[in-house]
Amino acid sequence: MSTGRPTIRFTVNGEVRTVQAPAMKRLLDVLREDLHLTGTKEGCGEGECGSCSVRMNGELVNSCLVPVLQAEGANVQTVEGLASNGVLHPLQEAFLDCGGAQCGICTPGMLMAAAQLLEHNPHPSLAEIREGLAGNLCRCTGFMRIFESVLAAATHPAQPASEQAAHAR
Amino acid sequence: MRGNAETHELVAPGSLPAVLELLASEPGAWTPIAGGTELMVAHAAGRLTAPRLVSLWGIPDLRFIEVRPESIAIGAGATFLDIRNHAGLAAELPLIAKAASWIGSIANQSRATIGGNLVNGSPAADSSPTLLVYDAQIELVSARGSRRIPYSEFHTGYKSNALAADELLFAVYLPRRFMRHKQYLRKVGTRRAMAIAKVALAATALLVDGAVSEIRVAAASLAPFPARLYRTEAAMLGQPITRKTIDEARGSLLDEARPIDDIRSTAEYRRRVGANLLEEFLLELKKEGSPK
Repeated sequence: MSTGRPTIRFTVNGEVRTVQAPAMKRLLDVLREDLHLTGTKEGCGEGECGSCSVRMNGELVNSCLVPVLQAEGANVQTVEGLASNGVLHPLQEAFLDCGGAQCGICTPGMLMAAAQLLEHNPHPSLAEIREGLAGNLCRCTGFMRIFESVLAAATHPAQPASEQAAHAR
Repeated sequence: MRGNAETHELVAPGSLPAVLELLASEPGAWTPIAGGTELMVAHAAGRLTAPRLVSLWGIPDLRFIEVRPESIAIGAGATFLDIRNHAGLAAELPLIAKAASWIGSIANQSRATIGGNLVNGSPAADSSPTLLVYDAQIELVSARGSRRIPYSEFHTGYKSNALAADELLFAVYLPRRFMRHKQYLRKVGTRRAMAIAKVALAATALLVDGAVSEIRVAAASLAPFPARLYRTEAAMLGQPITRKTIDEARGSLLDEARPIDDIRSTAEYRRRVGANLLEEFLLELKKEGSPK
């Protein structure tokens, strides 16, 4: 059967990218294999664990469940797009400060889910953080340090970049 | 075994008329895919048998929620995040918003559509019991035209439904006449988030002069497909809520339910929890009445 490899164009972290890929190829695989953006991880591959979370057109999605054709024309943000000009996102700083990352497999997805949450709800309660991250599984931290990281980032959302760099680590 | 993307064709005609034309040109050949939260899971596991798929994602004609004079219309392409965030639904028909908030995670809710949930037809589907107790109508469209049927007539068996090979689910219509009903929904699963229901029960009822004057009860995972418990409803209709009515309603549910043993639970557990949920609903109805 001739299924072909259509040309698919979309924006990733602010840059227009063009790939030729089978239409049913998972966005996750296109990001990792075609665009070499390996920050996005595969965990379960069935939408249960959230490791592959990215943002697509402002919504949080599991990239393992997105056929790349459905990303045509979309605006995709991956964990590589969180830091800007070498300055970490406040969430990344907070994860470093609070021990929110251990083995690191869940971390990119946690960061994207947390970024999505804070964008819509800049000062979430612990219960709201738990709900916002309910689709992201971690087998190292026991979750508490991740929740603390998000709370910390939400408490200091607008620090100047110089201050962020000064208290890192 | 993992699925191979090269062995499936996926096209995105981009508009509703173009999709309907494609379905009409080769009825049954194309499988619609919306947010992929069901079919992409099957694809990952190598279980996706459909060779040719047509994408419904991003078609504006399908993704809407409209408050109309008689009903709230939900396009088949509305996501569960759209549904849980809709103020009109939350105010008048809160059970559907509540069910939407229980479906998977935020990442699942931002892709999973109500149309996909209904056409997939899982006996455990979260949205189905609420649509049944709200007496929803659905509209099916094809290049031949459109038709409206009660949602209660949509599922015809395990994973089978009333759609013709060239038809698409277009919209769900929820009548705006439940503001004065007592509304109930409870889901029992393994954990709060991300769990598929072991059993869930939805109900709406009106109490007039202490007697049940209108009642609808529907459950998830108590039958091979989402369905109302008509005989259980009949046992309560016209009755005051007494211990005797509750016991008779429990008995009817235990008799009417057709649950199975599977990986998530057992038939016996489902039956007993279903009866307990019904009793909880009736006790709340007795205590609170229906809203004035």
